[in-house]
Amino acid sequence: MPKLTIDGEIVEVPPGSTVLQACEAAGREIPVFCFHPRLNIAGNCRMCLVEVEKMPKPQASCALPAADGMVVHTDSPTVHRARKGVLELLLINHPLDCPICDQGGECDLQDLTLFYGPDKSRFKENKRPVADKYLGPLISTHMTRCIHCTRCIRFLNEIAGVEELGAVHRGEHMEITSWVEAALTSELQGNIIDLCPVGALNSKPYEYRARTWELKKTESVDVLDAVGSSIRIDSRGNEVMRILPRLHEEVNEEWLADKSRFAYDGLKKRRLDVPMLRKAGRLEPVDWKTVLAAVADRVRATDPSRIAFLVGDQVDCETMVLVKELAERLGTPHVECRQDGSPLGIRPRAQYLFNTTIAGIEQADVCLLVGTNPRWEAPLVNARIRKRWRRGGFTVGRIGVPFDLTYPVHDLGAGPATLEEVAHGWHSFAEKLAAAERPMLILGMGAIARPDGAAVLGLAHRLAESVRLLRPGWNGFNLLHTAAARVGGLELGLVPGPGGRDLAGILAGIERGEIELVFSIGVEEVDPKRLEKAFVVHLGTHGDRTAPIASAILPGAAYTEKNATWVNLEGRPQRGRLAVFPPGEAKEDWRILRALSEAVGRTVPLDTPAQVRARMAELAPQLGELDRIRPAEWGSFGRAGPVDPAPFRSPIEDYWRTCPISRASAVMAECSALAAARAREATGTHG
Amino acid sequence: MSAAPGAKKPYGAMAPDVDRFAFTPENLEEAKRILARYPPGRQASAVLPLLHLAQAQHGGWLPKAALDYVAEFLGMAKIRVYEVASFYDMFNIEPVGRVQVRVCTTTPCWLCGSDAVLKAAREVLGCEPGESSPDGRFYLREFECLGACANAPVLWIDDDFYEDLTYERAKAVLEAVVRGERPEPGPQSGRKGSMPAGGKTTLLEVGE
Ligand code: SF4
Ligand code: FES
Ligand code: FES
Repeated sequence: MPKLTIDGEIVEVPPGSTVLQACEAAGREIPVFCFHPRLNIAGNCRMCLVEVEKMPKPQASCALPAADGMVVHTDSPTVHRARKGVLELLLINHPLDCPICDQGGECDLQDLTLFYGPDKSRFKENKRPVADKYLGPLISTHMTRCIHCTRCIRFLNEIAGVEELGAVHRGEHMEITSWVEAALTSELQGNIIDLCPVGALNSKPYEYRARTWELKKTESVDVLDAVGSSIRIDSRGNEVMRILPRLHEEVNEEWLADKSRFAYDGLKKRRLDVPMLRKAGRLEPVDWKTVLAAVADRVRATDPSRIAFLVGDQVDCETMVLVKELAERLGTPHVECRQDGSPLGIRPRAQYLFNTTIAGIEQADVCLLVGTNPRWEAPLVNARIRKRWRRGGFTVGRIGVPFDLTYPVHDLGAGPATLEEVAHGWHSFAEKLAAAERPMLILGMGAIARPDGAAVLGLAHRLAESVRLLRPGWNGFNLLHTAAARVGGLELGLVPGPGGRDLAGILAGIERGEIELVFSIGVEEVDPKRLEKAFVVHLGTHGDRTAPIASAILPGAAYTEKNATWVNLEGRPQRGRLAVFPPGEAKEDWRILRALSEAVGRTVPLDTPAQVRARMAELAPQLGELDRIRPAEWGSFGRAGPVDPAPFRSPIEDYWRTCPISRASAVMAECSALAAARAREATGTHG
Repeated sequence: MSAAPGAKKPYGAMAPDVDRFAFTPENLEEAKRILARYPPGRQASAVLPLLHLAQAQHGGWLPKAALDYVAEFLGMAKIRVYEVASFYDMFNIEPVGRVQVRVCTTTPCWLCGSDAVLKAAREVLGCEPGESSPDGRFYLREFECLGACANAPVLWIDDDFYEDLTYERAKAVLEAVVRGERPEPGPQSGRKGSMPAGGKTTLLEVGE
């Protein structure tokens, strides 16, 4: 291990470290622009210059390997002069338009200039003009501000895996651009806004809407996919102004997928903000008391065996505790959280979790994807797989419809027949898995949310046993959820009780008139035509798919409007926080159900969030501690049976519009239209 | 530089922009031959020779369709090809005259009189450096060191170097080119290669 002297202090760093890392280990802060710990080293901005004894000139510490015996100065007059010089040169062509720049207040160039830079310019000549570039509906550009650090290019090449940005021309004429003004296609592109150290790349929807210092920052979690990325909600007054990622090494690192970042305008559109009742065929606004009384009357008039509860994709655990309690008090066993009709059971837990964990992907050496397109279903899980692949020595196989995942994939086949072959060891990939040190399987909803799902799940179980996905200290069986609510629902046991109906049973029951009253708790992905015949009480946030056929509407809170718990696909309980209040008369969902239980005369005795959470911990002790994953027990699941030869298809065909929020978002609609146009062009089927 | 098939034909106006580009059958053969020089997985290294080939085929400049075609041909991202094509001065990504006339104006050539060469070029072609001639046949540029300083000043026309120039010699070469001829490339002073201008001073005993 090399030992260096940094400003008189001796530090030892792991071999392969850079001088910059050594300086950081010694507690010295080195200013940087182009260096980023998660990207390859470019060494082109020269901001990180330090003095190394016996070297004639200041050295770029980010690109200099730490060697034994180096004596480094980070605070000498030479270093200060060097930093000042670099900043003066960087500012030569920089427009200095901080007062009208979105980055103002959170700009590296501004900060570093303040600390290290010159206080005036000696440059009398004309500044270089650079035309702004069109990069699509998400990113706006101000290319005169660009300092050519190339972080944006490197991010897209290395992490997002799409080569779409480049540096064209050379020297003074260098410009960052996409291939001739084409919109970026990456689902992770928003991250380059965060990475850009200056105001060259900005969020288009947020542009000129607010100044950073007037925003309230609320740390929360995302629910637009099942990854549970850590986010920061920036709000002003009662309006969400933007959403940014927050560092969580084990989940999203420091990235965020674009839907999660940009769909927030959907929080302000098509909202259900008053309770409504259907009178003479039309939904009419009423007050809370009236709607609750009307629903309560209906409940009392209906035989409990004819009442069902369906739970949607973004529902929080507090609300689900209330659903469970209420259903129990009403005496109905028809409770279903598997809105997609998947056959997942609640025991053993391992069947519905991403047991390897997201960070664990980095330890795997062979991976089999079955019926999943992680790039659309969970972009940050896909980014981890790509990260693992870039390190080398990693093989990915797939059973399902091919899709470009940004890394090479061996396509084994498209449907259950291939899975059968692998599970029985007839396929050579089975040997690969068995011979691997840490093999993993990722089973998508596209494989099991179909009529033969239970049999497919059974095959996956068989495969897990036959290639030994479970080894000491390793569980390679993974289920990739697409809904933020699902794992929480399964943990809390929101599946049909004894004699209860599952999704198919409930829908068939509605058809035959055996189910008359349906509580739709945020259900938006079930064909509304199939619910229509029942009296539907819809607790939701948006006038999306279910509201038009509902008989009563209870306006609830979106994820930015409540303090609530969600469990991500790994089984990691996390708490989202209230950033703004629900619109109009909308209320926190669990409180609505609590009030309803009282109106029905079957009060659920949970009055405070603390009581609800205590009950949650009783129902599912594993949810008692936030941000902690409890390893799941293994056992048998799925069942043997005939399978349908139809190929496995991902449930997500349009990444940009998958939930009420993203469907209400104009920004997502634009992205979706662009993607559709591109797809048409690619297949040559114009029009 | 690879040979530029077709470059020695008489020249018309600049080549038009096109939305489709493909190698001619001969160039396709040539491209395959070039590609075979590189080990599997390293085909992207052939981007420079292929761009030269495409540029020669398309009359001295590379339309977007040609860059896309080369990218496709090599299985590279399009933006990577655009980066390369825009980085090197030898590639033109905007329409220019078919005949490329480049005057070296770096210090050694300048000391030996490149100003006069440039003057001759301006007069004969009737355009400024960075422009194409009014008839669209020639593209005049200033260039940095062409690596032939021993024979400064140097004029580079398509694939040929004309060296040891003066105002008159440059004018004569260019006028011939305008007439559609190609004078013998190399030193225009009569000396051989870069032998001393005043005749041999060393290796006198070695026969010619
Ligand atoms: S646009 Fe921003 S991130 Fe990209 S090179 Fe310029 S300064 Fe760096
Ligand atoms: S941070 Fe070291 S050169 Fe940019
Ligand atoms: S300076 Fe003109 S060839 Fe070198």
